Amino acid sequence: MAVNTPADLKYAATDEWLRLEGDTATIGVSDFAQEQLNDIVFVELPEVGKTVSKGEAFGVVESVKAAADLNAPISGTVIEVNTALQDTPELINSDPFGDGWIARLKVTDASGADDLMNAEAYKAYCATR
Amino acid sequence: MTAPGKKTEPLIYEISVTGREGVKMPDCDVPETPLPDELIREEVGLPEVSELQAVRHFVNLSQLNHGIDTGFYPLGSCTMKYNPKVNEDVARLPGFAFLHPLTDDEGAQGALALMHQLQEWLAEISGFTAVSLQPAAGAQGELAGILMIRKYHLDRGDSERKTILIPNSAHGTNPATAAMAGMTVIELPSDDKGNVDLEALRAACAGDNAPTIAGMMITVPSTLGLFDSNILEINRIVHEAGGLMYMDGANMNSLLGIVKPGELGFDVMHYNLHKTFSTPHGGGGPGCGAVGVSETLKPFLPGPIVTIVEDTNDLEDAPLYGLHMPEKSIGRLKAFHGNFGMHNRAYAYIRTYGGDGLREVSRHAVLNANYVRVNLADDYHIPYNRYCAHEFVMEGHFEGVEGVHALDISKRLMDYGIHPPTNYFPLIVHEALLIEPTETEDKATLDEFISAMRKIAEEAKTNPELLTEAPHITPVKRLDEVRAAKQLVLCCRPEFLTAAAQAEG
Repeated sequence: MAVNTPADLKYAATDEWLRLEGDTATIGVSDFAQEQLNDIVFVELPEVGKTVSKGEAFGVVESVKAAADLNAPISGTVIEVNTALQDTPELINSDPFGDGWIARLKVTDASGADDLMNAEAYKAYCATR
Repeated sequence: MTAPGKKTEPLIYEISVTGREGVKMPDCDVPETPLPDELIREEVGLPEVSELQAVRHFVNLSQLNHGIDTGFYPLGSCTMKYNPKVNEDVARLPGFAFLHPLTDDEGAQGALALMHQLQEWLAEISGFTAVSLQPAAGAQGELAGILMIRKYHLDRGDSERKTILIPNSAHGTNPATAAMAGMTVIELPSDDKGNVDLEALRAACAGDNAPTIAGMMITVPSTLGLFDSNILEINRIVHEAGGLMYMDGANMNSLLGIVKPGELGFDVMHYNLHKTFSTPHGGGGPGCGAVGVSETLKPFLPGPIVTIVEDTNDLEDAPLYGLHMPEKSIGRLKAFHGNFGMHNRAYAYIRTYGGDGLREVSRHAVLNANYVRVNLADDYHIPYNRYCAHEFVMEGHFEGVEGVHALDISKRLMDYGIHPPTNYFPLIVHEALLIEPTETEDKATLDEFISAMRKIAEEAKTNPELLTEAPHITPVKRLDEVRAAKQLVLCCRPEFLTAAAQAEG
């Protein structure tokens, strides 16, 4: 199965992607994850202002097949969420790395991204599953 | 699903005609008490149909249904076995069926004797010390178990134990139960044989983690249909950390007369009487998630439970039974005495089979699952292809065939008159199809199923549209699951349907 893994992003083993720009991180779920989940019907967004630690569940993505936690790939404070997902959660299926983004964090420690996978490693990781 | 070849039935609101009456009420023979004004509504919105229309409507609906009484139902994890009709006779005996729940203990001795005997039998079957029949279903049995574990630790003055370990092959209700009881969940991975990853378990229980472990919930056999060969070691590790062991007994149908969870070291387990002990389920009807416990948790059982108040040595005379609230009970979970109608059905089932018969139940459940597994192994990928318990999981996709998924196989199976297996569960298997034939099917039915599954595997390669557009011969074709999940219309009154259609635009 061909999955899209943009080269400018970092990936967590729990299938979230992260785009780090200065101290702002944009987070979503990967193409592989949306493909596995199938049609997404509901997203529980975190609250703006919430502080999350790396690895902590801070939202839920629910599809016709399963519900999966959204885990923070990095520690920080939620500064913006993609409210469009409330009515059109299918944006995660159609454009997981663009309009389907889920939350933006103000990152407390950018080095938290260091142990995340790059696109190549993540692609290899997906192929094993 | 609906049976093939039948037409659909309109909603009862679509048959309704304003002003039509099905029943003439007799004249009131007591003084009328007017209802308070604020409770009176002009428009109640009930369907208005004749008695015959109501009868035809529901009989037609029942004929569209696919149940265990009409066809094969290999819905994994649900144990859709045949429920013997003698159970129904027993439940309908007037002395049981018409017994008022407020009858005092003395006037309800027969029912209490039955409950007491059922508690004893369930304890014997599972190797536990005591049983409560209170919980109304499996999930409530789980909650009872975790609340008991919580109270046990608090009772010892230990309030630091708030972590429940749960393998990723557990039932989905397990983490929900732990969360509801205020616990934090740590998910444990499985190893390549489908067993709990022992290294991960040891790490979770090691050093500073140990005093935080309240216990572990584990489904045995797991949702992969596999008996964890390290189960004694798992019990030992968790107990050494000071935690208690909870067994999800939903898959007990493979263990009767073969394994006693109490003797494996478990502290608490719930039974699904509505699975293992053949009380009806599948229609959301009442269940019973009885809980069994070791000596450690006996004082914490939900109550009341039935005990012998006054014993007798006289064989002609019955002891006196009464209701008892265990001393440190987590309390009541259900009004009155649980779902009593399930107790007498399960009692009838156990009484009918006896100990040797129950062992045969499990042996045949395991044999049937393995027979189907082995016969499908050439046509489907079976990720953990070893001896299974009462069910097994396979992958619902084919090498080189893009666009055919587990769901399509399931939908196509309906064209063959068979209920689909469980889809996309357990989550740790890609495109999972979880298949549980149960012991009550004969070899001919299993062969029919195997043959249908092989044909479907062939169709997937030669004519995949047969699968992706299935079902073809049911009254209702492929349902829009996305719309059903996103647009919840939980009332079938026409004005709601119209409103929903307008909202859709």
